[in-house]
Amino acid sequence: MSRTGGITTLSDHKRRRIDELTARTSTAAGVSLIRDAGRRLRRDPAAIVGAAIILLFLIIAIFAPLVAPHDPVQRFPELTRDLTVDSVPGASAGHPLGSDPLGRDFASRMIYGARQTLFVGVLATLIGLLFGVLLGAVAGAVGGWVDVVIMRITDVMLALPSLLLAITLVALARQSTQWTVIVAVAVVNVPIFARLLRGSMLAQRESDHVLAARALGVKRHDIVTRHMLPNSLTAVIVQATLTFAVAILDAAALSFLGLGDPDINRAEWGLMLGVDGVRYLEVRPELAYYPAIAIVLVALGFTLLGESMRAALDPKNRR
Amino acid sequence: MALLDVRDLSVVFRRRGAEPFTAVDGVGFTVEPGQTVGLVGESGCGKSVTSLAIMGLLPRRGNQVTGEVRFEDTDLLKLRPQDLRDRRGRDIGMIFQDPLSSLNPVIPLGLQVAEVLERHQGKTRQAALRQAGGLLDAVGIPDPARRLKEFPHQLSGGMRQRALIAIALACKPRLLIADEPTTALDVTIQAQILALLKELVDQSGTALVMITHDLGVVAGLCDTVNVLYAGKVVERAGRHDLFADPRHPYTHGLLQSVPRLDVDRGGRLHQIRGSVSDNIPWPEGCAFAPRCDRVIDDCVGATVPLEPTRRDGALRCTNPVPQEVPA
Repeated sequence: MSRTGGITTLSDHKRRRIDELTARTSTAAGVSLIRDAGRRLRRDPAAIVGAAIILLFLIIAIFAPLVAPHDPVQRFPELTRDLTVDSVPGASAGHPLGSDPLGRDFASRMIYGARQTLFVGVLATLIGLLFGVLLGAVAGAVGGWVDVVIMRITDVMLALPSLLLAITLVALARQSTQWTVIVAVAVVNVPIFARLLRGSMLAQRESDHVLAARALGVKRHDIVTRHMLPNSLTAVIVQATLTFAVAILDAAALSFLGLGDPDINRAEWGLMLGVDGVRYLEVRPELAYYPAIAIVLVALGFTLLGESMRAALDPKNRR
Repeated sequence: MALLDVRDLSVVFRRRGAEPFTAVDGVGFTVEPGQTVGLVGESGCGKSVTSLAIMGLLPRRGNQVTGEVRFEDTDLLKLRPQDLRDRRGRDIGMIFQDPLSSLNPVIPLGLQVAEVLERHQGKTRQAALRQAGGLLDAVGIPDPARRLKEFPHQLSGGMRQRALIAIALACKPRLLIADEPTTALDVTIQAQILALLKELVDQSGTALVMITHDLGVVAGLCDTVNVLYAGKVVERAGRHDLFADPRHPYTHGLLQSVPRLDVDRGGRLHQIRGSVSDNIPWPEGCAFAPRCDRVIDDCVGATVPLEPTRRDGALRCTNPVPQEVPA
């Protein structure tokens, strides 16, 4: 517009700069709470490390058949043929981590173990989340004696150490399968989610925007589902991420104690650690190291991501 | 016939392990269609509780609400909760003090405007959203199409209050209750919001109950003013009468306490001594007596009744400020 003879004037330059700036702010203006939090997460090194660890194990778990060199249950008799009692085959060609005492490729078992461990951890967390949210929402929304009953039950469950409670639940089942472990770990987490959600629901119930919605004649279930729940969920989402770590540790602990699935063919880190890891600790400590490190790493990944999410979703950190 | 007729409204808070506390004590006032009525008083005098009681928004547990709130022909206090819910937002709108906390932080503005239209006019989400844009435009929010998609924290304070006014007026209610709608805003924005409210109320013929502690707001907006003290109406008068010639010592004191540009800058600003908590129970006399400059023996000992004044108002005082004789 104010171009004169091909020379860009100062005002033209300024105008373009202003256009650039306004374009940027108007895109920023459409950003929602979640996307805003996502943007902050991407700048947080701890979140990136946590997410990378989780992603790595997730890929390994999903593509286990492609990544693993062998079938995790296939035995290689040639590896164990010449061995005396109480020794384990070391690394050899085609078996980078050696094998377990039964001659099964250890690397493959570790890889399939990721699948099993993540499956149990994620499912236990999600089931716990589902029932915890249901109970917490009912307690917080209905209040009165319903709230009292639900909260006293959660009090009793929280009074017991979580692992002890899980062990008790597994012991109640006549035969232990992987589902017993999942249910036991899920149940342990239900009261945590219920309590957390109920607390934020109660705070929401007293909030001004809920009062404003009531003043508009919004129906009760709409107030709960549109106004109270969405505002209460951030705490629960953060807790769920942290719970993945706890669930994985608890499930591994149950297997370690021999309370998990008794199927000896199933590759599971807690079981590998608990059976061969302990027995051959002095001969071949790697059998304990690898599953232990893997468990800690996955738990660390979820904890790092969870803590970063807590910070990112904290409304006080919003500008 | 009056649009809203509040008679002998009382609210008693009953808490376990505490004396019952009477927050609103036999308040009565009327609002004619299209009229603007002010409820004025300092913090803790029962203004907000009165408005919440009218709307049926006080928690039922621990609160005892008595009296009558006649809106057109129905007593709102006797309505079933679901019937009252149908009227809130449709027949009576309400605006609150803090515009940020009154909006749901995780829902885009458009859906919050649309919600009330869906609820009361049975509109589909899409039709409601279309109308929402027009409503935001009507309250002076620029670029409404874009604002509909934004979240409350992305709007300025003034714009949030405009949005809340749009929501409250979306279903064209006959009565709007505004509870300190400008307290949380900058002074410049306050004036804009008040002008907007006045314009919309005049245009649509909506009656307005304005709850405020700001006498400037009253002067600019209200037809009739009710001055509340310790849960009771102590003086009622037309705007001009009240400002020109306050009769109750409390009203007089409030007006004296307003800083003025035209008089005696060197002097100290007048203040009413003591605080709201320095009062005596109404049955034993005038609650304002301990703070009153004009207190006489008759003020204590018996209830002071609210008596009609000659100029269509009412006054609760045994020793009122003498009426100024027109020169």
